[in-house]
Amino acid sequence: MSREADEVEIPEVKEVTGSGIPIRGNDIDTDQIIPARFMKVVTFDGLGEFSFFDQRFDDEDEPKDHPMNEDRFQDANIMVVNANFGCGSSREHAPQALMRWGIDAFIGESFAEIFAGNCLALGMPTVTGDQETIEDLQNFVDENPDAEIDIDVADETVTYDGKTVDVTVDEGQRKALVDGIWDTTALMKANQQAISETADGLPYV
Amino acid sequence: MSDNTLYDKVWDRHKVTTLPNGQDQLFVGLHLIHEVTSPQAFGMLQERDLEVARPDLTLATVDHIVPTADQSRPYSDDAAEEMMSELEENVRDAGIEFLSPETGEQGIVHVIGPEQGLTQPGKTIVCGDSHTSTHGAFGALAFGIGTSQIRDVLATQTIAMEKQKVRKIQVDGELAEGVEAKDIILEIIRRLGTEGGVGYVYEYAGEAIEDLGMEGRMSICNMSIEGGARAGYVNPDETTYEWLEQTDYFQEHPEKFEELKPYWESIRSDDDAEYDDVVHIDASELEPVVTWGTTPGQGVGVTDPIPEPEDLPPEKQDTARRAQEHMRVEPGDTMEGYDIDVAFLGSCTNARLPDLRRAAEIVEGRQVPDDVRAFVVPGSQRVQRAAEEEGLKDVFTEAGFDWRNAGCSMCLGMNEDQLEGDEACASSSNRNFVGRQGSKDGRTVLMNPQMVAAAAINGEVTDVRDLEEVVSV
Ligand code: SF4
Repeated sequence: MSREADEVEIPEVKEVTGSGIPIRGNDIDTDQIIPARFMKVVTFDGLGEFSFFDQRFDDEDEPKDHPMNEDRFQDANIMVVNANFGCGSSREHAPQALMRWGIDAFIGESFAEIFAGNCLALGMPTVTGDQETIEDLQNFVDENPDAEIDIDVADETVTYDGKTVDVTVDEGQRKALVDGIWDTTALMKANQQAISETADGLPYV
Repeated sequence: MSDNTLYDKVWDRHKVTTLPNGQDQLFVGLHLIHEVTSPQAFGMLQERDLEVARPDLTLATVDHIVPTADQSRPYSDDAAEEMMSELEENVRDAGIEFLSPETGEQGIVHVIGPEQGLTQPGKTIVCGDSHTSTHGAFGALAFGIGTSQIRDVLATQTIAMEKQKVRKIQVDGELAEGVEAKDIILEIIRRLGTEGGVGYVYEYAGEAIEDLGMEGRMSICNMSIEGGARAGYVNPDETTYEWLEQTDYFQEHPEKFEELKPYWESIRSDDDAEYDDVVHIDASELEPVVTWGTTPGQGVGVTDPIPEPEDLPPEKQDTARRAQEHMRVEPGDTMEGYDIDVAFLGSCTNARLPDLRRAAEIVEGRQVPDDVRAFVVPGSQRVQRAAEEEGLKDVFTEAGFDWRNAGCSMCLGMNEDQLEGDEACASSSNRNFVGRQGSKDGRTVLMNPQMVAAAAINGEVTDVRDLEEVVSV
């Protein structure tokens, strides 16, 4: 089959290195990550500054206590979260906003499925660990905002503070990131023939 | 591993291949698009110089940002106008049918698909909107997708997915007076949790589900996602076929109905189908459910006490405490008597004709107090017309409700319909997240539409079963 002229180079994501920012709390939904009023846009550009807006600013737009407002976390690129992060609406605006704020990867107890899927489509890992692992890491990051954290996606480990802990990366996600096959448009477009055959076999098409 | 369920059968029929990343590539039978999540996807398509593969299997409408009061163009909100224009341009360029307000067929995307007869059993349906699960009521495999996946579908009419497990939720028994489909799903989410369905598709079955009309089934499937399940479905039956038969599409193409029916029958879950999990609910035990917190799983029977956070599973306690603080409720109290400022009858969960009918029965002959802002936003222009023709609009407006045009409205507060300050809202919608209805201090109490009507009349959460008969003079 001929290669598509529109094929794009998909980077492999084997590893993410950087510093962390702890965002504590279970069930943080996408309405908190990016309030709906900031979704009245036709591109994702510029969404970053509105991440967690209502948690970060009060009614007078004065900054509140929030890690994302703190100087020490401004260079962070790994967000450390708790359980069911990104639940609620399927809006891709949520990971897009966090990506534009500077986040490259998430480590958490668990992620809402659509959120994790949306992250994968952007090449951002959503790595999971048990409650203790995550809380330890959050505490560490809080005390050592500049310390280096290394996520090894292929080996399913996180290394920080001179130690390496085991984490989990969903099997499909791991393969997609490590092999650089997470851009599904390019992958699927190659199967034109099989798509037509499947469609022909459906009575309603 | 499930076997021979509707999910397995529809999946197999639509599977194109297994991709190198381990996911399956599935053909998409119907792609619904709206103004909020599609423009970025069209943008990505342009960046790569790709065309829309199957405009004939794509349908667009506008719902999230449309004003429900003054709809004259340009919209007074510039951002809304920009989104609308962008959608108009995209559908025009791609040759996609667009049910705009001028067509008289516009509405919330999950209300119009079924109305048009395009939501059918055994179809795969996707939309950049988590409540796409609604369409599962017809035995379709329907799920919400993100913007990058919208790009995939626009470019290839396929989607990459991992197969999920199937949980059968068997709902037996008969619903009592005043208790509805909405209460069944709120109860399911309360019991299984907002994450309980992660990794699962829900099959709703049993006498109580079979007894429901299509609208009730849609209310249930709609909120599958609030329980963490990306899709939920009901096997098609005579109720489903009756709905389909009276849609314009099958009225115009009766031969299609006959042609497709064997397919619809063939994809029903087999009697001896295997499930990964089965859960039983007794519908006859339910009373109207209302939420006391800020997730749809934080619900309670209207006469039951609000739980003590300490009595909840450890991982839920913290969220519960914060929710009770936000909502200003005390454990041990009931939600009955909780003051409300706003009553919102609308959304893709509960703004179809029977929902409005039941609510109208409650408000007829009664008055909304002056300090309550009550309004009805029909789910579609069709619902709106039908309701106006049978006099429901008059019933509502005479009782002091505002009667609006179709759209999402205060379900998520992307247009001018928003809560202000710390207003409390009795809402027939599906999400009570902090900030969802437009004000971060706003308080949302989810409930069924009759209960919203009763709350509007009394200015407080009310057990609709206790309202006294209106004595006609
Ligand atoms: S009515 Fe609410 S839940 Fe339904 S599509 Fe609109 S915003 Fe989403």
